[in-house]
Amino acid sequence: MANVALRNVRKAYPNGFEAIKGVNFEVGDGQFCVLVGPSGCGKSTLLRMVAGLETITSGEIDIGGRVVNGIEPADRDIAMVFQNYALYPHMSVYNNMAYGLRNRGMPKDEIETRVQEAARILELSLLLDRKPGQLSGGQRQRVAMGRAIVRQPKVFLFDEPLSNLDAKLRIAMRVEIRRLQRRLATTSIYVTHDQLEAMTLADILVVMNGGQVEQIGNPLDIYQKPATTFVAAFIGAPPMNLIPLRDSNIHLPGRNAEAGILGIRPEDLQMVNGSMPDGGVVLDLTVEAIERVGAETYVYGQRPQQQGGAAISAKPGELPPGEILVRIPGQQGPAIGEKIRAAAVRDKLHLFSADGRKRIES
Amino acid sequence: MVEHRRFGNLLPHLVLFIGVVVVAFPVYLAIVASTHTDTLIANGQMPLYPGTHGLETYWHTIVSGTGKTTRQPVGGMMIASLVMAVGIAVGKIAISIISAYAIVFFSFPLRMTTFWIIFITLMLPVEVRIFPTYKITSDLGMLDSYSGLILPLIASATATLLFRQFFMTIPKELVEASKMDGAGPIRFFFDTLLPLSLTNIAALFVILFIYGWNQYLWPLLITTRDDMQTIVIGIKKIIDVHDALTEWSVAMATAVLAMLPPVAVVVFMQRLFVKGLIETEK
Repeated sequence: MANVALRNVRKAYPNGFEAIKGVNFEVGDGQFCVLVGPSGCGKSTLLRMVAGLETITSGEIDIGGRVVNGIEPADRDIAMVFQNYALYPHMSVYNNMAYGLRNRGMPKDEIETRVQEAARILELSLLLDRKPGQLSGGQRQRVAMGRAIVRQPKVFLFDEPLSNLDAKLRIAMRVEIRRLQRRLATTSIYVTHDQLEAMTLADILVVMNGGQVEQIGNPLDIYQKPATTFVAAFIGAPPMNLIPLRDSNIHLPGRNAEAGILGIRPEDLQMVNGSMPDGGVVLDLTVEAIERVGAETYVYGQRPQQQGGAAISAKPGELPPGEILVRIPGQQGPAIGEKIRAAAVRDKLHLFSADGRKRIES
Repeated sequence: MVEHRRFGNLLPHLVLFIGVVVVAFPVYLAIVASTHTDTLIANGQMPLYPGTHGLETYWHTIVSGTGKTTRQPVGGMMIASLVMAVGIAVGKIAISIISAYAIVFFSFPLRMTTFWIIFITLMLPVEVRIFPTYKITSDLGMLDSYSGLILPLIASATATLLFRQFFMTIPKELVEASKMDGAGPIRFFFDTLLPLSLTNIAALFVILFIYGWNQYLWPLLITTRDDMQTIVIGIKKIIDVHDALTEWSVAMATAVLAMLPPVAVVVFMQRLFVKGLIETEK
């Protein structure tokens, strides 16, 4: 059991590319920390630096009060679960789990006890003689977890462990990982690009972008008070609507952010007939597309003043300018082409500085 | 086959049958010839069915060899050939797997240069570099020795390339997991890499064993002692007689005996061989 601290950690490659640009955060003993961000944001690199698989250019990584910068991965007292599991294909499940213990010269009966215990927890007891090739994806995933558990390390590291599983199994394993981590109370760092996984698993959520930390905190706090427009758009699905105030005719009475960016989550918008009192925002929209998911319906609306105007230039996952996403209950649903009016109340509005780097509290 | 036309099936079978006859007939003839007496063969009246002298001829060939030319028992030649072929195959595999390991998993200066230098030696088989190689071998005093027969032949660019390609398909995470499990480079090599390479090793062994077994020019240069003759050279010498009748039955028996070990290796390792060439178990 240990806490993990990263102090001003940087990573630069010989070609000058800076993958990690000074990261600071601390994970308390037994906490589950999730690093989330789009691909290429450096989250995996950071995890591999904690694991000792990548060198640290500058800064310190501290595991349980010991700076581990120069220490070999095997001696850091950590265990890692890889995305493709990295099981030894020629070894039985039992040997896969026992291998690391044998290399450390642990007595045979101790290995036996630990492997059997891990197999019992992970429901692998009947599969111990099988080879990884004879297991299903979920079972392989559990063996990979077992290999980490038997070591009884100070820290678990997970590198996108669920991304090779199908959607249903991913949810089941997500719950299982969380339950297991609670039970073992081992400090864990988990990397994922899936914001849903991140939200559900994390005690501490670290949102990363471009080698930097965008926001650290409790997942719900981050959801409710995103610090930057990046976080606002990345956390939450479907993403938050972001409207630059400068070129819109929206006025927020009592707020001094003429050139800022207004953020409204799709679920905070409601379809209304009249106007909205008390500093709320009303948007007039023409329905462009409708997605019915069953429990809810997503309405894609275009704001009139943008119609046919600005060329669409949105990043993947972002809405094109002028388009507003409204999330309404599944039974309702306007027709395409219909004019609707969506509104959000004042305390559901998020306001950011014009460059999107700062949240403005009212 | 999707189609089941009568003649559509017949034609391929006919072609295959002709192919088998063309390949198998000389072998059959050698076996038949080894069971008849020399005079019968020399008369040109050898029948196409097996004779009655088979056991006698083979016993004679293995234990005492020809009466006239080499006078070496073919059994001894087979042992010499076997030592050389196994030595070359094992040596080539050992050296190439280690060099491929270094090239793929370690970073050192001039790594790619090293690889390309090894690769270029593909263009330098022993026949091309025979004088310098002979000179070095003789300077080292390795003439008429098994080390002289084997060592100059055991560097293999082909095998290194093959292992390199295989090692590059091994996921990087497996190496890292191994590192995390406290396995150093040597442990990783023996515990993970070697077991995973088994089918490749088997496939290579078959090819390299036959390569070693069929060596002619090099053993001809290196061995002068009769008791170190390999069987491939032995055949040539048995046929080459002056002023006397060639002992065709012995020559044919020797040819048949020379075929047996490669056939045995292929038959016994066929399953692994095919597996090693077509699939990688990961």
